[in-house]
Amino acid sequence: MSQSTEHIENTRTAIKPPNPRFKNWRLVYRKLKKNKSAMVGGFLILFLIIVAIIGPYFTPYQPDTQDMLNKLQPPSGDNWLGTDNFGRDIFSRIIHGTNLTLIVGFFSVLLGGAVGVLIGIFAGYYGGRTDSILMRLMDILLAFPSILLALAIVTVLGGSLQNVIIAVAISSVPVFARIVRGSTLSVKKLEYIDAMRALGASDARIIFKHIFPNITSPIIVQATLNIATAILSASGLSFLGLGAQPPTPEWGAMLSDGRNYLYNAPHVALFPGLAIVLVVLAFNMLGDGLRDAFDPKTKE
Amino acid sequence: MTSAPNSYENILEIKDLQTSFFTKDLEVKAVDGVSFAIPKGKILGVVGESGSGKSITSLSILRLLKEPGKIVGGEIKFKGENLLDKSEANMRKIRGNEISMIFQEPMTSLNPTFTVGQQISEAYKIHQGLNKKQAKQRSVEMLKLVGIPSPEKRVNQYPHELSGGMRQRVMIAMALACNPELLIADEPTTALDVTIQAQILDLIKDLQERLGMGVLLITHDLGVVAETCDYVAVMYCGKVVEYTDTKTLFKAPKHPYTVGLMKSIPQHDQDIEGDLAVIRGSVPSPAEMPKGCRFAPRCPFATEMCREKLPDLVTDEEGNQIRCWIYSDEWDGDPEVNVHAETERTTESY
Repeated sequence: MSQSTEHIENTRTAIKPPNPRFKNWRLVYRKLKKNKSAMVGGFLILFLIIVAIIGPYFTPYQPDTQDMLNKLQPPSGDNWLGTDNFGRDIFSRIIHGTNLTLIVGFFSVLLGGAVGVLIGIFAGYYGGRTDSILMRLMDILLAFPSILLALAIVTVLGGSLQNVIIAVAISSVPVFARIVRGSTLSVKKLEYIDAMRALGASDARIIFKHIFPNITSPIIVQATLNIATAILSASGLSFLGLGAQPPTPEWGAMLSDGRNYLYNAPHVALFPGLAIVLVVLAFNMLGDGLRDAFDPKTKE
Repeated sequence: MTSAPNSYENILEIKDLQTSFFTKDLEVKAVDGVSFAIPKGKILGVVGESGSGKSITSLSILRLLKEPGKIVGGEIKFKGENLLDKSEANMRKIRGNEISMIFQEPMTSLNPTFTVGQQISEAYKIHQGLNKKQAKQRSVEMLKLVGIPSPEKRVNQYPHELSGGMRQRVMIAMALACNPELLIADEPTTALDVTIQAQILDLIKDLQERLGMGVLLITHDLGVVAETCDYVAVMYCGKVVEYTDTKTLFKAPKHPYTVGLMKSIPQHDQDIEGDLAVIRGSVPSPAEMPKGCRFAPRCPFATEMCREKLPDLVTDEEGNQIRCWIYSDEWDGDPEVNVHAETERTTESY
């Protein structure tokens, strides 16, 4: 009797794909592929990354080469996106600024995400007083609008791109902490976690080896969406003169420079602004798509 | 005990265990003075309804209770040493190594993000410091031991690719990986089909005999007890009401609760036209525990004395234990009463 059921099970598994290891990820990818806006966002990001890496070698001008005879020129064959108030080529400056923008986005989210995930996972796992203290701290951070918080931190630390990354990272910590805490709370109640405790696993082992892999999807979604927010905040800080210092071709700073010439030469502010819109839009589209793809309730 | 401090006859000995759950202004005694022992290499069944405290007892043994649950008193002696005196680090060394546990729900007791092999390997990595390759090899051996066909293939599969029975076998493999001396099985067959139930019970019994471990089998199914256990403790509302060997229990159950449980098992050789026997009422809420015998409100034989005074667990000449006034000389009811005679039937027919 048991022989026959075993036989049936063997034939049943024989039809299944041989390597189930990334089954879930494949499913997510399949769903993502059907989502047009997510794919557009994804390819845009890929394109921007390529531009950030190899773009600077192919720009027609250096980003800080001044040409005072040619300042505030509208877009032309020589200067595709025109020149700014020092006669610098805006197209070249935007290309050179791409990697700055992406680096600020990625690193602030990496830093803020790592701290936020740690706080959230500890709060969720240990609960009780640990949870109350950590989450009340997060609530305090959340009470300020994130840009205001970042602004305050940069003011204290001093204006530089590095400090912008730190400030934006700090302001994104509570968002991650909240999401991760929630997911941890639901995962830690599952029976397999009890089974691991009954097997003698330590808290650290349970947290990092058994809970963390089960909460990666909300983290990935939040990280993608947060890169967009981080880039926007960083540009905002640079716009206010607290981020990248001149002559760094940072988009927010360029936008800020251009605002004095909005009437005569709107392209100086327009193109860096468009670049910011494009990159933020791309990350948002991909993030939304990822969220839908990771949601088991959405159909394939 | 008169023998040397480290010798022991019972692999596990629980004395007067008390586990409570604390709410803001209330202490709920989930386990209230439970004592029992498991001799080396024997199977003890703990039977009871939901809420009788059987699962809490098992979690207390491994000290895995979660807030607001707390062990408030008693002793849990494993191999002669009190587990309640051990540090958390020492408990971790015992869990999964010397005392293992299998859970009720094989569907959710395995982590969906790891292969079966990786999960069994955890036991070897935690307790024996084996590397990945060695641990995997041992996992394959364990899968073979628990009767999983083509273990070399199964070891790389994920839980969702296995059936419920297979997963429970994997759970057993995981629990037995480090050759524990005591296995706690918390309703291991409740979530399985009847045919698979029998297979899993046979497997547990077979492995228990081969490996010579003690087993604490928690169940609400007297059929499971009859098939597998050497001794039985019947629990009701956090207290043991009857504790004896399986044969005696099935031949002559003494406590009215046990009698009621047995009568409510449908018998295929009896009149099937009649209604099923029932125990009237339901388990009292732990917050409103009766003052006397906890079974008194549902007991067909209860007297004034039963309702007023809680009976002690009394051991007779043969070592069987019973918590019931009927078997005491002080009882104020009819001394000739026959607990097996009275049977209540449901009024509705099925």
